Amino acid sequence: MTGAPDPERCATRARACEDCLRRSWLLARLGAQFDFARRRGRDLPLVFDLPDARLIGAIAGAARPAVEREYDCFDAQAAAARCIAAGVETICRCDPEYPRRLAAAPGPPAVLHVAGGRDRFLALVAADAVSIVGARRGSPYGLEVARSLGRSLGAAGLTVISGMALGIDSAAHAGTLEASGATVAVLPAGAERPYPASKRALYRRIIRSGVAVSELPPGSASRRWTFPARNRIIAALSAMTVVIEARERSGSLITAAVAEDLGREIGAVPGRVTSALSAGTNDLLAHGARVVRDARDVLDAIFGAGVRTVPALDGGGSVRAELRDLLDAVDGGSDTLGALVGSGRSLEQALTGLAELEVCGRIRREAGGRYVVLIRA
Amino acid sequence: MLAQVATFAIDGVDPRPVWVEVDIRSGLPTFTIVGLGDTAVRESRDRVRAAVQNSGFKFPQSRVTANLAPASLRKVGPGFDAALALAVLAASGQVPAEALARYAVYGELSLGGELRDSPGALAVAEGARRAGLERLIVPVERAREAALVEGIGIAAVASLREAAGVLSGREPSRLPGPASVAAASTRTQPDLGDVRGHELPLLALQIAAAGGHHLLLEGAPGTGKTMLARRLPSILPELTRAQAIEVTRIHSVAGTHAGGLITARPFRAPHHTISAAGLVGGGRPPRPGEASLAHHGVLFLDELSEFQRTSLDALRQPLEDGHVMIVRGQRALELPTRFMLVAASNPCPCGFAGVGDRCGCGEVDLRRHRRRLSGPLLDRMDLLVTVERPAEYELRAPPLTTSARARERVLAARQRQQGRLDGAAAAACNGELDSRLAGRHVRLDRAAELALGAAYERNALSARGRHRVLRVARTIADLDGRDRVSAADVLMAVSLRHRDGAEGALAA
Repeated sequence: MTGAPDPERCATRARACEDCLRRSWLLARLGAQFDFARRRGRDLPLVFDLPDARLIGAIAGAARPAVEREYDCFDAQAAAARCIAAGVETICRCDPEYPRRLAAAPGPPAVLHVAGGRDRFLALVAADAVSIVGARRGSPYGLEVARSLGRSLGAAGLTVISGMALGIDSAAHAGTLEASGATVAVLPAGAERPYPASKRALYRRIIRSGVAVSELPPGSASRRWTFPARNRIIAALSAMTVVIEARERSGSLITAAVAEDLGREIGAVPGRVTSALSAGTNDLLAHGARVVRDARDVLDAIFGAGVRTVPALDGGGSVRAELRDLLDAVDGGSDTLGALVGSGRSLEQALTGLAELEVCGRIRREAGGRYVVLIRA
Repeated sequence: MLAQVATFAIDGVDPRPVWVEVDIRSGLPTFTIVGLGDTAVRESRDRVRAAVQNSGFKFPQSRVTANLAPASLRKVGPGFDAALALAVLAASGQVPAEALARYAVYGELSLGGELRDSPGALAVAEGARRAGLERLIVPVERAREAALVEGIGIAAVASLREAAGVLSGREPSRLPGPASVAAASTRTQPDLGDVRGHELPLLALQIAAAGGHHLLLEGAPGTGKTMLARRLPSILPELTRAQAIEVTRIHSVAGTHAGGLITARPFRAPHHTISAAGLVGGGRPPRPGEASLAHHGVLFLDELSEFQRTSLDALRQPLEDGHVMIVRGQRALELPTRFMLVAASNPCPCGFAGVGDRCGCGEVDLRRHRRRLSGPLLDRMDLLVTVERPAEYELRAPPLTTSARARERVLAARQRQQGRLDGAAAAACNGELDSRLAGRHVRLDRAAELALGAAYERNALSARGRHRVLRVARTIADLDGRDRVSAADVLMAVSLRHRDGAEGALAA
């Protein structure tokens, strides 16, 4: 059995070496055991740093003999062939091109499986990358902020990294794509298919111009531990991590914690102090995270104040003076028709005004007839 | 001896002539019924024998064979009893057989010889007229209903004895007077005058009524969605006589109505556990479903997301075509289903989206909820309106309108439409305009064209959404009495539209 990876034995460019492939196979093989270990209070980052043999010893438990046997007859050729068949390219940590920022992570992934092109991935993460993460059940406001932030950062040429989870993550990806920016989705299961499956449309759009990556080989299922493990990759790949809407003990806070350990910038979007959805982010702010109000705050944090600016985006036409009033009312919390009608505004005026605002992309109607003001990038 | 009398089988809601032939010849006393009858028909042997004897007649002590022709049609139910009994009496010479040839007979018999109430008398009367018969013998309870059909005499009888008397010309048949139009039913309808606040839903109800648009009401529990929907029939135009007879016939067949003409538009609100067959009709024998019972009226589906998908999908053809085809074995039945669809739904699984911060539903919940709602049915909904809880001052204020006033506007708008659509047989109201007709009949003024163009350009509207907006804008202009559709009409329609998946979607 081999221990630590050996750079000498690294395979040719664009293909992971045998040791790394085996390591990646091992993670998938020990999938269930990792969850047991986590429940017993084992700290994942520490476990990830262990060499293969000790990892098996520490984690495998009763399955140890079987795992060792399979480990010894691991077929790297077949593993590589499976990657090719699934349409994912690989890069391993022995490769000199392995992203430098990621190498600094605790227990850097042995192999990254990339859907959408290895070279594209390397180019994207070599550029300035920002991760945007947050709650799955974000509020309409949070989703809108995520979308707009993704849009502006994408337009500014930054790579936006997130986890393609429901809610904030997806909104950030979608926003970036809207601005024709490229985005990296780090998935908690195999990179060759979307996780969650309901995001398949988004997944296809992402890998058209960006990539989806995973440290697990194709065909791996997600497990409880793969989510925090994925979060550490998100944090490690990016120069700054921005959290939008996180409850207390949210997974997004794990991402932020990893970023903090790596000495990366952390930003959080302030929320209402009464909202449980913002408890996590407000806590980050209280402990020194940067306040992120818009893309400029992010750019200032990474490049220094005023060095880079957000390019103007066409965010819909300007609003006539008569509509300004209505828009302000919606923004001010009178966001249902019932609240908008009255005090000099007739039902017809409200309906036509809202339609005009909706048509020029300034507001959107949410479930329950509530209108949300869209942020102009 | 041979005797023959006409009666009718109800097939769906249509009458099919059935000839009851009775042959009596010497032999061992038996009584057989042939001709594809169901259990109720077979059992009528015993009812007929008892009824004949209890009415003071003699049941022939010989070989009695009854045939229900045509033999290929499956006959269901006890409605053939009276015809069988009278044919037996005629064949045995106890009533004049030649008189019987001019009569149609319909009704169930009790053992004592009374004619019992049987559903579907109106359909039978129509069939009798079509078959060129002079008179119809029906149970007293159904006489008013049968008398709605002109051109046929109705003999209302309470017993077999009386029916025999009518045939012998001894007893003058009791002809019911002209059906008294039950005006009371409209008066007891719930009125819009009971509604406080709800300005937007009231407007939407009027638009829906004026243009025949299907309407989706969305709102938190207890805001008044059902209350509002129940008041929609009160602002719809009155049924014409032909429509009223159609409605009465369906309800008579279904057994949900007895006596007289139905003048109020039906309002049907089936529970969400209803099966597809219950909704569009079916079963064995096929019976009209809720969609047919709501013919010319309102079909209200409360808690739309709770309905089974199969049931809702079954509504597709009825909505498109105005009728439903039910095929059982070799036979196809057509049931009319021209109704206005009003659906109510919570905006999200918890129901409180849009009410302060009470909603805790996430993207997955919302998506699941939308998926339950989505599909072909939503495509037919022109209007989506949120019903909000009225404010306290609105509850104290006088009602915004009454049914009488609203109905006046609706009628005027309908008249405008009819004037315009005259000749276009494909559509009776704006809600039925297809894209070709919409292009011809919806005239936009310049500003409206620009507004619609801009909305479409900016991807705020899908092609289908654009079409819906056109139809609704046309109705809004009709309600206001204008020939040209203005920009404000278009924008209102944009606000009131149901957003489909292709427009204004949430994060991918």
